[in-house]
Amino acid sequence: MSTRAGQGRFAIAVLLLSLLWAPLAAPVHADDAVSPRAAELLYRTYCIQCHGLHGTGSGINVRDMAVQPRDHTDSEAMSGLNDERLFKAIREGGPAVTKSVLMPPWGGVLSDPEIHALVKYLRKLCACEEKRGPG
Amino acid sequence: MRRDFAMLRSLPLALWLALAVVTGTAAPTLAADDAGGALLTERCASCHNLTGPATTTVEGIRARKGPDLFYAGDKFRAEWLEGWLQKPARIRPAGAFYGDHIKATDKWDVVDESTLAAHPSLSAADARLSAAALMQRHAGRERLQGVKVEEVSLPMFMGDMLFDKFKGCIACHQSGRDYGGLSGPELYTAAERLRPEFMYSYMQNPQAWDPRIWMPNMHLAAEDLNKLVTYLQMIAGEEEQ
Repeated sequence: MSTRAGQGRFAIAVLLLSLLWAPLAAPVHADDAVSPRAAELLYRTYCIQCHGLHGTGSGINVRDMAVQPRDHTDSEAMSGLNDERLFKAIREGGPAVTKSVLMPPWGGVLSDPEIHALVKYLRKLCACEEKRGPG
Repeated sequence: MRRDFAMLRSLPLALWLALAVVTGTAAPTLAADDAGGALLTERCASCHNLTGPATTTVEGIRARKGPDLFYAGDKFRAEWLEGWLQKPARIRPAGAFYGDHIKATDKWDVVDESTLAAHPSLSAADARLSAAALMQRHAGRERLQGVKVEEVSLPMFMGDMLFDKFKGCIACHQSGRDYGGLSGPELYTAAERLRPEFMYSYMQNPQAWDPRIWMPNMHLAAEDLNKLVTYLQMIAGEEEQ
């Protein structure tokens, strides 16, 4: 009897643990923990084509663009954009934040944790914090 | 008993081989396949992934020296491939990984030509063998099943608008010589190089072909995919005219 009760408790514990684990097991492209170094590598793979080697918005693609990419080193402009908005712009593209279609949605190749890490990297580039407000 | 059955099962193969040797039909084909495969391994494998699977890491795509070729038969038009291998011209203005071939200037980043190597050119015979061997590679066949490109009527200016303004393809791709972005392959030659079904499927979901590629999934509807394939066919060859 006691063995059976023990087995029952064990089963419940396994079930609870698996429920806890479920969100972590959801398909993402990379580990949840994205290091600052990995974020920089992502930036230097996906972002510099338009935002430039120095993040100033002057990448190899900009010459014929109708709208110039954002300068990520512009502290004043970047501090006016909150993290949520930056995340949305990266994940869903410019039109999701009423900006240009030339900023495409990266949600198909970057995981949410990677995009969060990129937002942190942008804060490092601009050496600025988000201002409180609508963004 | 079991051995007898085994012999019976292999009989058709033995007969076929005997017949092939007698008539001389199979030998050249087999030899050509072997020679083509050997040529790919010898000349191409150091820069191209010939066997798959595609890399799934950022480090992997950054390290790539040339496009993956394990689905070449699903991707290329055979006649173009054979010609290009004899007279290769750069397709990716900034190389296979653009990040390794750019430099900053006062104005904007530019392609650092000094870091780009030319693709080796092959003799006509080697090009024929290589192209034939490449066209046997169909790792992406399943993805093309069910892809049906529909011809649409599209005025050129609407195609330009779609490519430039509405979908922003121009950001990374050239739609004419010296017009457009440089981090992706030039697209005014795309329809000469690529099968229409491949263009459709790749634009629909680039990461299905290449999980970490720096081309985003633009979530294009079937109508727009058909229009873009049509547009790429319209602009192909314009530069030569």
